Amino acid sequence: MSETTPEAVDERLKSEPFFAKMMKRPELGAIAGVILVIIFFALTADSAMFSLSGVINFMTPAAQLGILAIGAALLMIGGEFDLSIGSMVAFAGLFFGVCVVTWGLPLIISIPLTFVFAACVGAVNGNIVIRSGLPSFIVTLAFLFILRGLSLVGLKMATGGSTQLRGVRDTIEGDWLAPFFSGDAFPGLFLWLADNGFVATFKSGAPKVPGIPVEILWFIAIALAATYILLRTPAGNWIFASGGDTTAASNSGVPVNRVKISLFMLTACCAALVAIITVMDAGSTDARRGFQKEFEAIIAAVIGGCLLTGGYGSAIGAFFGSIIFGMVVIGLTYTDFDQDWFQVFLGGMLLIAVLFNNAIRKRVTGER
Amino acid sequence: MTDDSKFHHGDPTAHIHPVVEMKNIEKHFGNIIALAGVSFDVKPGECHCLLGDNGAGKSTFIKTMSGVHKPTKGEIFFEGKPMNFNTPRDAMEAGIATVFQDLAMIPLMSVTRNFFMGREPTKGKGLGKRFDTKFANEVCVEEMRKMGINLRGPDQAVGTLSGGERQTVAIARAVYFGAKILILDEPTSALGVRQTSNVLATIDKVRRQGIGVVFISHNVRHALAVGDRFTVLNRGKTLGTAVRGEITPEQLQDLMAGGQELASLEGSLGGTV
Ligand SMILES: Nc1ncnc2c1ncn2[C@@H]1O[C@H](COP(=O)(O)OP(=O)(O)OP(=O)(O)O)[C@@H](O)[C@H]1O
Ligand SMILES: [Mg+2]
Repeated sequence: MSETTPEAVDERLKSEPFFAKMMKRPELGAIAGVILVIIFFALTADSAMFSLSGVINFMTPAAQLGILAIGAALLMIGGEFDLSIGSMVAFAGLFFGVCVVTWGLPLIISIPLTFVFAACVGAVNGNIVIRSGLPSFIVTLAFLFILRGLSLVGLKMATGGSTQLRGVRDTIEGDWLAPFFSGDAFPGLFLWLADNGFVATFKSGAPKVPGIPVEILWFIAIALAATYILLRTPAGNWIFASGGDTTAASNSGVPVNRVKISLFMLTACCAALVAIITVMDAGSTDARRGFQKEFEAIIAAVIGGCLLTGGYGSAIGAFFGSIIFGMVVIGLTYTDFDQDWFQVFLGGMLLIAVLFNNAIRKRVTGER
Repeated sequence: MTDDSKFHHGDPTAHIHPVVEMKNIEKHFGNIIALAGVSFDVKPGECHCLLGDNGAGKSTFIKTMSGVHKPTKGEIFFEGKPMNFNTPRDAMEAGIATVFQDLAMIPLMSVTRNFFMGREPTKGKGLGKRFDTKFANEVCVEEMRKMGINLRGPDQAVGTLSGGERQTVAIARAVYFGAKILILDEPTSALGVRQTSNVLATIDKVRRQGIGVVFISHNVRHALAVGDRFTVLNRGKTLGTAVRGEITPEQLQDLMAGGQELASLEGSLGGTV
């Protein structure tokens, strides 16, 4: 017995083929989904969908949703829900709009202020959930209405009766921070590519795609950062532990309450980022901003492999889940199908994903 | 009495100061009185067994020691100073490690992630500071091997381990992190013969390193094999503390049953439980 060195491979372990190993990854379902959706649209949609401008076309809404979905995924892995993120987008948008237009603050102040404001609302959410011990589902459902209502009332107060606050674009014109949160990145690169005939151009010679919309870069950066945190840092271990079993995690020394409240704050900040980007893009903010985004974000997270019970999931999964979402919404316009098939498609995806995740979880835990 | 055991026994004499001293601890859950004034102490290098019937309050008591519950009344002294642990994390940082009866493991997470949960080793600095998985895996496999379990792989989910393997992970974890006090709440209830003797030997080993051990068990022989002192709880109160050598196994067994007669069994069991 004692001769067995720790390096020796256990004889009770079958060597696992690569495919079987992949089967245990939470993001597998989402990657398979992306492939299926690509095949579907490759067969049914106009080939323009997969041209550069087509890809940018579906990646932009995917990115706006994805930033929310990655926040929602981390929170779900941590064992909680936030149904108020959609309303939070409107509320943070209102706050940001007031900062910029009404108070005339420069972006270097307005943007951090909006994040701090959102984080505070997230902290209120989190503290109520933690201290009351109520399901986050109910508490954040209340905030779904409260924040939406406050956005409406606040907009009317700020504008003197209208539910839309205009004039953001003129105010931020020329602000050095604006290019980080709005418009397209790398315009020079795309001009050069166009000049050299690598990308499609209009008749005038300008590239059809003037650059990569900044939200796509934010989306990718956030997905990478979230994945790194989850898999490679102690904080990631705490998130999985807090979602897996609150009591066990807390008894093992994980500061569960701090982890969960931080996650609520993080999701609210993701909503604020989406608010800032979309408000600057549109040049105005309105009370319907982010409407029903909370459900779409949770669906993308679930398609990405997050369990509704917490403790399992991945940020990369939510990344692909959001891309599926964007492809379906935009892709249908490239086909002969009625656009309204979108909702049917979405519900179907969700159902399949949940069934699939359930099966995966049983495999991983060897559930008895 | 001493010759029934292969273990060396410490000699906790009165002049050694206890690491942890608990005085008149009471714990109420609403109208339920789980502990009604329990006093208990652990000295460095001794194994203090906590015995008693089901529902006597043993787990509740050690949970007040490890920061899970706040006592309703009573005082806790850690190394002579009054101590107020707000969370299990505080107790851990003070050097108290616990194997809880329910093990405090997360089935969906790997063995290594469970082993280091809450106390992850890191490498790198600043933003590059990250979970040192390689080191963690090595330590985890090695510590489990010392307990007599060869893991299939440290990335196996705890949910797929057998009950005894799971219990061993919890014990190995507590032994690895228990710097001053090691609390074991029925650690051998699911273990095989070899693993049980490993755990008892480990208790003996850490005791010799000067760590105080609190050992809860329903098995008289296990308790007698390693215990230096025996405190018996019954219905939330202490029935008394006995020192090793001053009590016979039969007396101890009667005490553990809460002073009540054990149901007499005909024939085959021959009187021993
Ligand atoms: N959180 C709680 N809420 C209410 N009552 C509790 C709680 N925890 C423990 N109790 C009660 O306190 C009493 C002591 O429980 P405890 O778990 O400490 O017993 P134990 O001595 O560890 O028993 P066992 O040998 O079965 O593990 C029991 O009657 C139990 O019902
Ligand atoms: Mg118990």
